[in-house]
Amino acid sequence: MFAALKKTFAQALEVPEAVSPARYRSLKRLMTVLIVAVSVTPLLLLTIISHMQYMRTLEREMESPLYDMARKTQAALELYLGERVSTVSYLAHAYRYSDLSDERSLNRVFLALKSEYQGFVDMGLVDGDGRQIAYVGPYKLKGADYAGKPWLRETEIKGRYISNAILGYRGYPHLVIAVHRLEESGASWTLRVGTDTLRIQQIVSSEGSARDTDVFLADAAGVLQTDSRAYGKALNPLPFPLPQASHEPEVCRMTGPDGRSLLIASCTLDGTDFRLLAVKPVEKAFRPWLALRAELLWVIFGGIALIVIASSLLMRHLVDRLQASDERRVAVFAQMEHNQKLSSIGRLAAGVAHEVNNPLAVIYEKAGLARDLIDLGKIGGDEKEKQRLSSLLASIESTVERARGITHRLLGFARRMEANRQGLHIDEVIVETLSFLEREARNRGVALETELAPDLPEIISDRGQLQQVFLNLVGNALDAHVASEGEDQEARYVRVSCVCEGDALRITVRDNGMGMPPEVLRHIFEPFYSTKNDKGTGLGMFITYGIVRKLGGDISVESEEGQGSVFTIVLPLVPPDAGGEVRAQTSKP
Amino acid sequence: MTKEDIKILLVDDEKQFVDTLAERLAMRGFEARVAYDGPTALEAVTQPTDVIVLDLRMPGMDGFEVLRSVKKSNPQVQVIILTGHGGDAEEQTAYRMGAYNFLRKPMDIDELLNSIRMAYRDKLENAMVAVSLAEGGDFEAAREVLSEKDVLEGHDKS
Repeated sequence: MFAALKKTFAQALEVPEAVSPARYRSLKRLMTVLIVAVSVTPLLLLTIISHMQYMRTLEREMESPLYDMARKTQAALELYLGERVSTVSYLAHAYRYSDLSDERSLNRVFLALKSEYQGFVDMGLVDGDGRQIAYVGPYKLKGADYAGKPWLRETEIKGRYISNAILGYRGYPHLVIAVHRLEESGASWTLRVGTDTLRIQQIVSSEGSARDTDVFLADAAGVLQTDSRAYGKALNPLPFPLPQASHEPEVCRMTGPDGRSLLIASCTLDGTDFRLLAVKPVEKAFRPWLALRAELLWVIFGGIALIVIASSLLMRHLVDRLQASDERRVAVFAQMEHNQKLSSIGRLAAGVAHEVNNPLAVIYEKAGLARDLIDLGKIGGDEKEKQRLSSLLASIESTVERARGITHRLLGFARRMEANRQGLHIDEVIVETLSFLEREARNRGVALETELAPDLPEIISDRGQLQQVFLNLVGNALDAHVASEGEDQEARYVRVSCVCEGDALRITVRDNGMGMPPEVLRHIFEPFYSTKNDKGTGLGMFITYGIVRKLGGDISVESEEGQGSVFTIVLPLVPPDAGGEVRAQTSKP
Repeated sequence: MTKEDIKILLVDDEKQFVDTLAERLAMRGFEARVAYDGPTALEAVTQPTDVIVLDLRMPGMDGFEVLRSVKKSNPQVQVIILTGHGGDAEEQTAYRMGAYNFLRKPMDIDELLNSIRMAYRDKLENAMVAVSLAEGGDFEAAREVLSEKDVLEGHDKS
């Protein structure tokens, strides 16, 4: 499992080995993605977890005020209804059937009741047969027959009864409170009082209005008993099913008719069919949270954006540096390889030269002997033949001499390839090197000038390497003139000057060619940086720099476009790493 | 042509070269013995020898070994290196080991002869200094002793 994971990871991390732009692109991409993933994942996880936690807490926070509100309203309503029922019950017990069956005395009682309690609409006395034998109120209900009506039966069984809201003749909802009375005499009667729902409405809506909550009553069938702000007037049916009934308020979530999520607290009222509902749309409850969440989202996305930008910049910077150092390393290897190749060519050439020298010597001696024989007159023949033979021998000898020239040059090349420090005079090296380039300079109409201080001291350095340095610098200076062709030919020059300053030589190579822009100057000593397009390898100045550093010196450049360039080399008289042996050799007379 | 009594030993494994060289030297009045390898050369040195012309690269015993042995047993004998393998390093080593001159093949016979003559004169001067020291600083006496000896040797040869 772990191994498989590791393998997958390794595959994902695979980056081309070759030093190519693709390698660094994919490296950059990969590292950025990794860094971003590693830093963003915990952030997101944390955010999600806290969000969920916060939602849960918030819901609880919302439920409890809703619960409290339902509880409070329930208590208020139960108190109110209980008081009403008690009042009616008191009347039923305080007066006898005979007292109340008289409409005048019933009227008096009703008026007294009305003066004390608001909201009573009418009052009627129903005898044991279900007939309303006395009635006070706005309707003509005297004599109405309630026998067999469910409310009456319920009253007779339970002793008291509170009806659902009904829309009376006046067109506004009211409800009926009835109390059954069984006298000692055996008379059975019911006192029925109508009361409007205004007070209930007040209790209910005063509670809810403060907190965006819709508080209302409904009956068991889901018909509104009081006005609801969201679901219309009393006696309209509720557009959603009622939650489970319980006396203890319960909070639940429901989807409203308009699809909005609702938080509902519901409970029953003691002794009634009523259901108290406190409804709050969830979105309203969450409004402060939503605002906060929007802000948090901004912060999080801003943070992620920052992480992405920062890590991509950082990775780009890192990978660029990596690439630069890789390229430098590759260049150094290439240079080493190049040097090694040249050095083996040198060794091979030296070997060949040595081997060729021996047979050359034999030929030379044989020819010499033949000449001796002729000169000493040991070979006869006429003078003309001897002369002809002599000229043949001379041509053999001169050919051998030519061959000797070749082998000695090869040996010289091999010697240059060896890293050897020796005592030398820099002015000799400069003059010698410039002589190689004289013809080319002449062809290009450039004057090669030297300004060498008269008494330059002997230094310990590497002749071959120094030659290469001057070849590169002066060659480049000549190229700088070629590119600026067409300007006045008179003034064109490349000037090499050298002075001694303390224990170091200051050598400058100055030209008045086309010069270089600052961005070229910045990269001039970097490997593979070439302005000569396909003509240059981009290694010349790099190698030059490497040699000068190896010899313990330093090289710098100044240039101005159109004005020319100045390369300055500061070379120590004795390189810091030169051994005592070199010193000893040079001090030999 | 005047005969010069310089006892020369040519040491080189290249037979063709060394024989031809000996013949040419003989034509110029120089007697030269030849040796084709190191051991033979060391044996030849036991007889009176003034100048050895020595090749460096030889099978078996190379020129440096011969040079070292000769300088040990007969330090007064002058050795001229004549080689086709004339690198800077070899040259320096040869001088350090006491070679008189270092020549590179192929070379001009007159150049070699000059070198031999100079080596011989050098040898005589060294000997003269040595003898004069022995005679208590009497330079004239030393010269006489030496010239007598030279003449004597010359007579022996001829």
